[in-house]
Amino acid sequence: MERQKPAALIIGAGIAGIQAALDIADAGFPVYLVEREPSIGGRMAQLDKTFPTLDCSSCILTPKMVDADQHPNINLMTYSEVDSVERDGGGFHVRVRKKARYVDADTCKGCGDCAEACRMKDRISSDFDEGIANRSAIYVPFPQAVPLVYTIDPQSCLYLTRGVCGRTFKCKDACPADAIDFEQEDEVVELDVQAIIVATGFDLIDPHTKPEYGYGVYPEVMTAIEFERLSDASGPSKGEVFVPEKDRRGNVVMSDRKPEDVVFIKCVGSRDPHTGVPYCSRVCCMYTAKHAHLIREKVPDANITVFYMDVRAFGKGYEEFYDRVRHERVNYRRGEPSEVYRQGDKLVVLAEDTTLGEPVEVEADLVVLATAVVPRMDVPQVAEALGLDRSPDGFFQEADLKLRPVDTNVDNIFVAGCCQSPKDIPDTVAQAKAAASSALRALVRAREAVPA
Amino acid sequence: MALKTAKMAEQLELFGCIQCGKCTGGCPVARKTTLNIRDLIYHMLVDSDMDLDVHEDLWDCTACFTCVERCPKDVQPAELVIALRGELVEGGRIPETIGTALMSIFRQGNPSSMARQDRDLWAEGIEDSLEQAKQAAQEGCDLLYFVGCIPSYDTRVQPVARALMRAFEKADLDVGVLGTDETCCGNEVRRMGEVGLFEMLVEENGEILRSVGARRIVSTSPHCFNTFRNEYDLADADGDPMEILHYTQLLARLIEEGELTFGGSLAAEDGEKKLITYHDPCFLGKQNQIFDEPRAIIEALPGAELVEMDRNRERSLCCEGGGGRMWVEGTNLEERLAFQRVQEAADTGADVLAVACPFCLLTLEDAVKVQGLDEQLQVMDIMELVDLVLEEDVSNPADEE
Repeated sequence: MERQKPAALIIGAGIAGIQAALDIADAGFPVYLVEREPSIGGRMAQLDKTFPTLDCSSCILTPKMVDADQHPNINLMTYSEVDSVERDGGGFHVRVRKKARYVDADTCKGCGDCAEACRMKDRISSDFDEGIANRSAIYVPFPQAVPLVYTIDPQSCLYLTRGVCGRTFKCKDACPADAIDFEQEDEVVELDVQAIIVATGFDLIDPHTKPEYGYGVYPEVMTAIEFERLSDASGPSKGEVFVPEKDRRGNVVMSDRKPEDVVFIKCVGSRDPHTGVPYCSRVCCMYTAKHAHLIREKVPDANITVFYMDVRAFGKGYEEFYDRVRHERVNYRRGEPSEVYRQGDKLVVLAEDTTLGEPVEVEADLVVLATAVVPRMDVPQVAEALGLDRSPDGFFQEADLKLRPVDTNVDNIFVAGCCQSPKDIPDTVAQAKAAASSALRALVRAREAVPA
Repeated sequence: MALKTAKMAEQLELFGCIQCGKCTGGCPVARKTTLNIRDLIYHMLVDSDMDLDVHEDLWDCTACFTCVERCPKDVQPAELVIALRGELVEGGRIPETIGTALMSIFRQGNPSSMARQDRDLWAEGIEDSLEQAKQAAQEGCDLLYFVGCIPSYDTRVQPVARALMRAFEKADLDVGVLGTDETCCGNEVRRMGEVGLFEMLVEENGEILRSVGARRIVSTSPHCFNTFRNEYDLADADGDPMEILHYTQLLARLIEEGELTFGGSLAAEDGEKKLITYHDPCFLGKQNQIFDEPRAIIEALPGAELVEMDRNRERSLCCEGGGGRMWVEGTNLEERLAFQRVQEAADTGADVLAVACPFCLLTLEDAVKVQGLDEQLQVMDIMELVDLVLEEDVSNPADEE
């Protein structure tokens, strides 16, 4: 009897997990790619353009997502979570919980008729769109989702929360494939793997931790990730940038006003031991330059100000991009703003321009906060389950910062991407490839081992 | 007078500063005077000497501590101002009015050049309550009420202290008062740079306050509250840390627990509610994160409706009464922050600008008068509002079964 091929488990299917999965699968080993969300793609799927080349993020990501889905050696397990990991010889025995989608993944055609019909249509805040757009209770996070299978959100579905959804199920009635199944239950799958790559990504700091900037008070103050969704052609405003406002019910909606004055504030929470984030988030300088560029493109007459403490443009092509953006009539002013408040129709950003050496008040219709990259909220639980160490900043600890950057304190468990520390896409992909290479080493060894 | 910078720069850990300017950017007085705390830090780092005689603007700082709260690197910019003032105090180069206040505190235990034995003046009309509370302090009590200098002597603020006593009585609290044994807490003394006097006050007050053995201490002023909470080491009779409360915390708790109920209403005769906006004092809000309790009290007042100013909570604009500024005008008399603040309050359409600090009460009320807003906007301490609805304890018969 042929022995089963050693397999790898990858936790998290953002660009790091996808890239590592493709490399291992291409080398001929089976990969289980586990993703908590209904679709793979992670943070990169949320981004509009990518610096410094301005490639459309989903245009370069989607083909990789499709490759991962169609690869014969990759078993995609979306809407699934790792329940437990036990050491088993050199490998691991893993339980993965495939959460009930209440939609049969094999029969769903992804047509979206269910979401159109849903009684909660446009009433549920979309996580993928960072709350600046709404969805139905049955949904795909974004149109290019992989797999293109609808999922019922048990937190907001009327039937699943209250036991009743009118006289008939609107979604069930609408579905041409009869794919909706309210009887579906979570399913636990048991796997044996020889290597694990942790690629669980990052969160962003809650902007309310900096109350001086008025996030949540003023609709015109938004985070950079919200701006990505606003700027994205597949986002709620089809890529046009409008000034957000509050409607009569207090919900943030888009006005039909284009911003005349846009202010970017960098290092919101980052480099700030006071907030518990002593490190630099590494991506904000460049995405802020990108955002300034996007504003110039979409609102040619806007006054654009970037307040900064330092500009860190360290990667290949980065300084050149920063140069280009300044030439696009973007004012870089040195000084970390201290406060945002309202004056009439405008917001006022209060700062010291340290080059002038005097306090300044800069008007704004839109203020974009470059919020700090922080460890995922559930890092402590994941660390506990896998036995992984964490560094003082809260991210997973690599075995050696310089010489063993993807190894961990546990043999055959590797890290890739922002779960180890904040990093941009080029560094993430490089680290994913390194983690794949290290995992492959473990898989090849397991294959070559003499059977007992 | 020239200061050698090296030692102080190191002691205050100014080398942690990255010159981001968030301190000066948020400094309420930097917009109206030459004081630039970021620039001062830089000169402390790169110059070997600093000529303090040219820095009259050091007395502009209100010790609101916005800079300290917001500094990303945990440099404490305002502490540099305090330290430099300390050098000036040491060298005897201080504004005359500051000198007078400090001398009065040293001699009479209050900054207002009032006699120590007159400290009970605030209790006019409630002498019996005062005597009882003084007795309680002697014999041991659960709660010690620290009246504070301004509420004791300033006729505008005295009613606040009396109202507080009435509320304590109504809630049936076992409360003690030190009477003429009470001495300035020293909060402003430290911020004026008089470290020696401050340390003396901490020692002497600490001894007196500990000797009462009370489990908790409550103060009228956020300034006393701040120093007791953060700069003293107070203990009760068992040696456990004393609970340090501002009166808004205590009252909010009493209201929530049903220990303090109201009979009257602030509403007009036609039932229209009184619109109240609330100004967060720096020493209560920014510096001690007490934002909710004062609002909870206002919202619990019958016939009252709370409206917020645009800048509230952490973004509240300093009234310029702290850090010794009650006793020195600063270098820009014309553009007072209090003027701006009362205009912001008036813009909300409120009938009352409520405060929870004696200094704010005085500076903002003055500003309302100077700005000619006194017809439309009344400045009141929250305690005075409470007092208005406390006494009419005749329940509406219609409400009773």
